[in-house]
Amino acid sequence: MTTLNIAELSVSIDGRNLVNDVSFSLSVGQWLCIIGPNGAGKSTMLKAIAGICKSTGRMVIDDNDLRQLNERERACWIAYVPQEPILPTGMRVFDYVLLGRTAHLNLLASESTKDLEVAEMVLTELALEDFRDRDVATLSGGERQRVTIARALAQASPFILLDEPTTALDVGYQQEVLELIDRLRREQKIAVITTMHDLTVSGLYPDRLMLLSDGRVVSDGPASEVLTVTNINEHYGAEVQIIDNDGRPIVVPIRTVQK
Amino acid sequence: MTKTIQRVSATTLVVYSVAAIATIILAVCVGAVSVPASEVLHSIGWHLKVPYMSRTVGMNDIIIWQLRLPRVILAFVVGSMLASAGATYQGTFRNPLADPYLLGVSAGAGLGATFAIVSGSNVSHALIPVASFLGAMGAVALTYTLGRSGMSGRMSASLVLAGVAVANLLTAIQTLIQQQHNDKIREVYSWVLGTLNTSGWSDVQMVAPYVAVSTFMLFRYRRVLDVFSVGDDEATTLGLPVERVRAIVIVAATLGTAAAVSVTGLIGFVGIIVPHALRLLVGNGYRVLIPLSIVGGGIFLVCADLIARTALAPTEIPIGIVTALIGAPFFLYILGSRRTGAQA
Repeated sequence: MTTLNIAELSVSIDGRNLVNDVSFSLSVGQWLCIIGPNGAGKSTMLKAIAGICKSTGRMVIDDNDLRQLNERERACWIAYVPQEPILPTGMRVFDYVLLGRTAHLNLLASESTKDLEVAEMVLTELALEDFRDRDVATLSGGERQRVTIARALAQASPFILLDEPTTALDVGYQQEVLELIDRLRREQKIAVITTMHDLTVSGLYPDRLMLLSDGRVVSDGPASEVLTVTNINEHYGAEVQIIDNDGRPIVVPIRTVQK
Repeated sequence: MTKTIQRVSATTLVVYSVAAIATIILAVCVGAVSVPASEVLHSIGWHLKVPYMSRTVGMNDIIIWQLRLPRVILAFVVGSMLASAGATYQGTFRNPLADPYLLGVSAGAGLGATFAIVSGSNVSHALIPVASFLGAMGAVALTYTLGRSGMSGRMSASLVLAGVAVANLLTAIQTLIQQQHNDKIREVYSWVLGTLNTSGWSDVQMVAPYVAVSTFMLFRYRRVLDVFSVGDDEATTLGLPVERVRAIVIVAATLGTAAAVSVTGLIGFVGIIVPHALRLLVGNGYRVLIPLSIVGGGIFLVCADLIARTALAPTEIPIGIVTALIGAPFFLYILGSRRTGAQA
């Protein structure tokens, strides 16, 4: 089974250690969610794995050392959607999704029929057929998120990194996007790494949570082990109550100032 | 079946090609002496050894083949280069204000030309194109070196900033030299404003090969320019070797632009106005934008030159002034009509 192995991953920018000695492994079909307070290094870690941020440590997928790969080869393994993707004004949804095929094309080549078919399939898969000629810059929050995920899927990489895929969405779209990611990773054998802010939601879909604080992994495991009152108090500085919902922790903030 | 990949349609290609040829013929017809279009066609045809074309005799043949056609072709070639380089820079730097002179080509060429002009001798005068070409290439090389060693990771921003710094530095040096050679200021100034006053086919022969190679390269990379539109980071994760492609594109654009500028001086506005006008007409996709910029830039500069030499005849208006004067209102018109159209 295709597995990503990360060992002693560190990122240091201008002498500050943003990510410190992170190690984990992840196989296709699994969903890892990175949580942690603002500035903990979640996004930086995703960028390091995506290869757009200088880092040290080992990153290997099966026998392939990611550091030895060029941009194209790396993109065939890992797709990445940043927190705020750039959606170019005037570009059609179909053309945007087609950008996901870049890694499968020679620099000077044009997309083949197969590339077009893949993009078409992805649009169908994500129920975006009616959007194919829409300008990406005019899409609503939920539609944008689906379109960026569609681009990542068109890339056909076994690993997909999504930075805060639900933060800007209302609860309905959040659910839609999370259900979509969950279905895709199971059906298409994709490994997903997301970052997330909503702790209760992060305990709902991913198999595994990793709590990052000051760039270090301070807790790692199933939601019930990571989402504890002490962990959240210590690292988020928040007073919360955990309600157990059939093994899925519900995190409720407590009002500390009395009426 | 809906459209798949954005491409220049056959119809568009025909329309633009016909427009280009018609513009070129019109521009050869019009001038101090008008020449009928049929005579123009015959004369060009005869020189190109097209069968059944009869030779035009006397003055008209000289006017057509020796005077006007080389100038019109030069205008077309230079316009193509400036427009496609402008479109390419706007794409790779994701900066709508980018033009072919973004990385210091104009300042470098200006400094080189000024050097040659103030040196004064006849030999150095013939060397103006060489000096400005070397100046332009040198300026971009300097910008690239400085920009690369600048901020890590934010290459496109640091390149643009380095371009501004280099342009200002070289312009300052040029102004200094200019001030010390008061007698040559007029000459320098007229070079800076740009001119298409050619000496027959030699200028075309000098510029055309560079422009052909450059525009061909930019044309080949047109699909990749779309990938740049999601920004350097995302483009990298999509599998694009961002820095390598940007370097290739810069080399290609610089080579052609430097060659164009070295012969015609600094013609402004074409590199911004033509691509943007086309963006408003056909959208932002570079697969369409690059080929149409090549043709559209040529048409635009031929028209601008036609106005430059006829509007105030016998006085010739500097071409750079015409491109700005007709370019800016034209641009605003398209912007306005597009807005109202989009609301409907």
